Amino acid sequence: MKFYRSHIILGMDTPSLLAGAKGVRDTLEKELKAKKIENEIRIVETGSLGYHGVSMIVYPEGVTYTGITASDVKELVEEHLIKGRPVRRLMAEDNSQKDICAGQQERLLDGQVRIVLKNAGSIDPENISEYIAKDGYMALGKVLAENTPKDVIDIVKDSELRGRGGAAFPTGKKWEFTYNTESCQKYVICNADEGEPGTFKDRLIMEGDPHALLEAMAICGYAIGADKGFIYVRGEYSLSIERVKKAIKDAEALNLLGKNILNSDFSFEIEVCLGGGAYVCGEETALIESIEGKRGEPRLKPPYPPVCGLFGKPTIVNNVETFANIPQIILNGGEWFKKLGVQGSAGTKVFTILGDINEKGLIEVPMGITLKEVFENIAKGTRSGKKVKFAHIGGSSGNIVPFKDFDIKLDLNTLASSDLTHGSGVILFVSEDIHINDYLKSIAKFFQHESCGKCTPCREGTFRIYQFMEKLNRNQAKKSDIAKMKDLCMVMKKASFCGLGQAAVNPFIDAMRHFEKEMMEGVKEGER
Amino acid sequence: MTCCNVDVGEILKGYSKEKGNLMEVLHKVQDSSGENYICDECMTKIADHTGLPLNKLYGVTSFYTMFSNKKRGKYVIRMCESSPCHVLGAKNVIDSFSKELGIKVGETTQDGKFTLEYCACLGLCAVAPAVMINEDVHGNLKPEMVKDILAKYE
Repeated sequence: MKFYRSHIILGMDTPSLLAGAKGVRDTLEKELKAKKIENEIRIVETGSLGYHGVSMIVYPEGVTYTGITASDVKELVEEHLIKGRPVRRLMAEDNSQKDICAGQQERLLDGQVRIVLKNAGSIDPENISEYIAKDGYMALGKVLAENTPKDVIDIVKDSELRGRGGAAFPTGKKWEFTYNTESCQKYVICNADEGEPGTFKDRLIMEGDPHALLEAMAICGYAIGADKGFIYVRGEYSLSIERVKKAIKDAEALNLLGKNILNSDFSFEIEVCLGGGAYVCGEETALIESIEGKRGEPRLKPPYPPVCGLFGKPTIVNNVETFANIPQIILNGGEWFKKLGVQGSAGTKVFTILGDINEKGLIEVPMGITLKEVFENIAKGTRSGKKVKFAHIGGSSGNIVPFKDFDIKLDLNTLASSDLTHGSGVILFVSEDIHINDYLKSIAKFFQHESCGKCTPCREGTFRIYQFMEKLNRNQAKKSDIAKMKDLCMVMKKASFCGLGQAAVNPFIDAMRHFEKEMMEGVKEGER
Repeated sequence: MTCCNVDVGEILKGYSKEKGNLMEVLHKVQDSSGENYICDECMTKIADHTGLPLNKLYGVTSFYTMFSNKKRGKYVIRMCESSPCHVLGAKNVIDSFSKELGIKVGETTQDGKFTLEYCACLGLCAVAPAVMINEDVHGNLKPEMVKDILAKYE
């Protein structure tokens, strides 16, 4: 095996590519060649490192550089790689203050615990050997050699893992339903139709660690008795589609997917399906319709997919993040997972934190952290220096939490007891200069466009809400409009056919509760 | 009526109902057209091959915002207008695109080069406000950057 004296880990996710990561890599290769050290130093491309701009870490020192441009490369090569003197002006802020050798891991672990994102940003996602070196496919090997399908389901049940797509249904229970349903054919579907505004965790998992997803799907297939899986990725995620497709090919070549995996009698193959830009396809039955080649309109439930799903067969639909937890649960056991997090909400949760804050990005924290801790310790306050007005958690269909309520704990039970949801895990911080009516209008427009049109409460309701918001923004609303909107929201919540319409009203109901006075500013003069 | 000259037969060879890849076939046909749409003739061919009634197939293509049965520009500019982009000033960026190209959202430039469209969240919120031009991503946008971005497309 070839020996390298240094490894450069270069983040090559979408935002980095956008910031010119490709140019940096090409220049780096050229410089290494020019200095004739290309055989001593290896460049490893990986997913997001969690920084802004083009970033890289040089090992073994563990020095992190951020905001690199192609013109910095020459200096980096000469100073750091040849002379051994780190270039301070490019170093990530947090490790220039600390000891140089205290690398990136520490920053990431600052309040965070990584299970799902364990490998993202530290391995080359396009190289299956690197995943295998990090215990990859060991969980699959273990279950095939040592466990019965029933054992696997018991481990997952013990872990108390709950679905990470938004509904938080216990994963083990779901698998058990399908396991108990007799059928000649069953399916595993991974829901990667990430459309909730503000969410991009699934994209980063697929871009940073695609094999973890494949491994988990195969384990699920083994547990429930399915030999076919589908990954439904939204059509706009071209890099994810490319990486997942390559990962499938590589895994098949090593017999980690395909016929008789690892010489067992278990076979499992995975297809990638593309979405077409319809938000409603994140709803599991709509997604199934879409894979079948139909309009993505939700089905009447029950029967639920674990009993009657794709092509009428029992089907497991799990979110990318849910699956990404599975290999670690199998390797470390359910008890280990349960200990992370709090009672009733096991494990960690990946959040995307956004908006007017200093540290935007993806974080993975144990369940039970408070919103204030996220805002102050991880997001590090507002970027503009203005006061934060509210946080919108769970995506557009999530809840609006005003600043005064920031002490709330972000775990499933606490949230549920306050009628809140963390949905897909977005936390969007909005500062005081954004008017609530303006903000709500952008949400109303989104839902008006994305309602699939199947049921009247949602189709008409989302349209009417948008009209109300338009009127409020033009200061043309009547006082009675607000009361009407309240009624309408209740009707939609109770009578909509699927989760889209039921949840679409959440931010409006919250806003009317917390910001009614501000909303009233949109009512005509003299009618307030 | 002219066909967009896509070798639909070749693309359809990869189709199988069990693989659940009708959507992928539609994406491929549209991407190969050069004008970002699926023409009527191709629709008929796909319907014949798959055994789907043409009206059902039309139901599918009209349901998903990424597909179009009308000619679009060589480059489709998808502008995100979801809340994370909105709070960081997406409106001004969208207006800037519209002004530079001299068209409204939903329209195509006269030379058939660009089509402007709204779209829902692109999952690029870390670099909001963001747009996609065909497969390319552009983020951290400011209105004054639009002109240079458009100049890159020929």
